[in-house]
Amino acid sequence: MADLNLSPNLPECDDFYAALLETHEGLEEAQMHALNARLILILANHIGDTEVLTQALQAARKSS
Amino acid sequence: MIAPRYQTAFRLYPYKKSPAQDAGTAMRHPVVIVGGGPVGMALALDLGKKGIACLVLDDHDGVGMGSRAICFAKRTLEICDRLGCGAPMVDKGVVWNVGRVFREDREIYSFNLLPEDGHRRPAFINLQQPYFEQFLVEEIRLQQADGLPVEIRGQNRVIGQAQQDDHVLLDVDTPDGPYQIAANYVVACDGANSPMRQMLGLGFEGRTFEDNFLIADIRMTADFPVERRFWFNPPFNPNETALMHKQPDDVWRLDFQLGWDIDRDAELDPDKIRARVAGMIGQDTPFELVWTSIYTFRCCTMKDYRHGRVFFAGDSAHQVSPFGARGANGGIQDIDNLAWKLAAVIDGDAPDALLNTYHEERKHGALENIKNSSRSADFLTPRNPAHTLFRNAVLDLVETYEFARPMVNSGRLSVPCTYDSSSLNSLDGLPDGPDRSRPGSPCSDAKMAEGFLLDHLAGGFTLLAINAPLPSDIDGVAVVSFSTDKDPSGPLAKRYLGPAPGAVYLIRPDQHVAARWETYDAGAVATALQKAKGGA
Ligand SMILES: Cc1cc2nc3c(=O)[nH]c(=O)nc-3n(C[C@H](O)[C@H](O)[C@H](O)COP(=O)(O)OP(=O)(O)OC[C@H]3O[C@@H](n4cnc5c(N)ncnc54)[C@H](O)[C@@H]3O)c2cc1C
Repeated sequence: MADLNLSPNLPECDDFYAALLETHEGLEEAQMHALNARLILILANHIGDTEVLTQALQAARKSS
Repeated sequence: MIAPRYQTAFRLYPYKKSPAQDAGTAMRHPVVIVGGGPVGMALALDLGKKGIACLVLDDHDGVGMGSRAICFAKRTLEICDRLGCGAPMVDKGVVWNVGRVFREDREIYSFNLLPEDGHRRPAFINLQQPYFEQFLVEEIRLQQADGLPVEIRGQNRVIGQAQQDDHVLLDVDTPDGPYQIAANYVVACDGANSPMRQMLGLGFEGRTFEDNFLIADIRMTADFPVERRFWFNPPFNPNETALMHKQPDDVWRLDFQLGWDIDRDAELDPDKIRARVAGMIGQDTPFELVWTSIYTFRCCTMKDYRHGRVFFAGDSAHQVSPFGARGANGGIQDIDNLAWKLAAVIDGDAPDALLNTYHEERKHGALENIKNSSRSADFLTPRNPAHTLFRNAVLDLVETYEFARPMVNSGRLSVPCTYDSSSLNSLDGLPDGPDRSRPGSPCSDAKMAEGFLLDHLAGGFTLLAINAPLPSDIDGVAVVSFSTDKDPSGPLAKRYLGPAPGAVYLIRPDQHVAARWETYDAGAVATALQKAKGGA
């Protein structure tokens, strides 16, 4: 069974974080939500592993 | 007196007084089917062909008018082939393969059902439900002339029932007043509002979807392509969806999502409907309204499909949203499953426990249909902001990225159910064989040197041997042997052998696989056969 990696895994995490913010630059709130929803679908398709995705959904829901 | 509840399209079984009405005592019947819709009529034909006498009671004298089912799936047509009436349905029906999905005024993607080669029947046909029912009744009439033991009594409404130790007593109302009928078994095929279910005080639980759909069946000769067209947020029906689909006789099914808070009467005003239609097909395209109605839908099921001597099949047992065409198609699979079991038990060839597996297998099928049709409904009718957010995200992505196409859910079209964990299955003796033919699955058709495979699997239990020696006579099964020597890469080899050099399949009367092995073993076959008949 594949496990969701919850240890640090992004080599340039500051760069990614900055890019994430930049991608949202100038958007209205509704547009931001829409962008994030598209991003989730794109990433989920890339991961392509139901078990990992299920764990990711649970992890996201738990941390609010 | 029994007042009609709806108009009929064809009068197929006008009321005739039966001598039983004056007999004074309740005449006993092996099987009584309550309700002569598509499910009840198909069951009668199936049981009759197996030599089981049955009586159909319907509270009308023909087939209901109006727009209901139009999409009939390959598996339904294969079952109707087994019953004898697949050909007229396909001849009359419209075969379609291409579906197009639009958002606003742009096409965002299209699909082709691309039917796999080597099947007799197409993936789908479109045919008005009244025709479907008419072909079933005509086949019953044809076979009655050769002694099919089926009787249909029109304008016979079941108004009461009482379960006794070894039979069920039915109260039946007719234009000449009430009488009683006794039945060893009753199958309630009396539709989504099932009076039988209500008389037994049984529940029907699930979800109602807060949405209304306007159906307009129109006649037009304009040259639209034979495709399923589906729109999200089209200019002619803003913020909602719409569907267009061809039926025989130059009739087209148009479907407009209306939302929840509507004024029904205003929406049904023919002028308003005409304006909507013109918005869809073009202001200058002439057409005629054939039938209009507004429907809402729910996804519900009974808890148990068997209650002693009473069984529930079709919409009486479960109801789904129309997305995916799983209602009538699911109901026909119900009777495909029930008929042989009932016949085997009545003939003393199987224990009563076999009948419990009708509930086991078909409840599983119904839950699968409900799951799929509920998911389609959630996509079409987002119920909260998150539903809307992700639906729009999918629609935004689909034009540019192929990966999002499978996520667009405008109806997951009916496919037959595989009874994976059924107690009738034996352990898979050909684990590397094709997955599609594992125990529990419906047999895939395959083109043979002559005819099609399913034609050979139309009787009772069958032992199908491919490149495997078999004795010519085996107790309790018909034996069918084929070799793939001349056609080693053909559909038969692909669908039933995979990497194995040969295989032996035990196939149930409903053409589902009960067991499979690489070679024939008399003991293994006997054990599997007993298991498939409900004996431990
Ligand atoms: C808009 C719409 C579109 C649909 N499209 C599709 C589709 O494309 N494909 C698909 O597979 N399905 C579709 N369906 C579903 C399909 O129409 C039903 O699943 C199907 O009609 C169920 O058949 P049935 O025989 O179980 O019940 P019914 O067709 O409802 O028949 C029940 C029968 O029982 C009779 N009856 C009722 N009470 C009594 C009584 N007390 N005594 C005697 N008789 C009685 C009735 O008169 C009727 O003849 C659609 C449904 C709708 C509403």
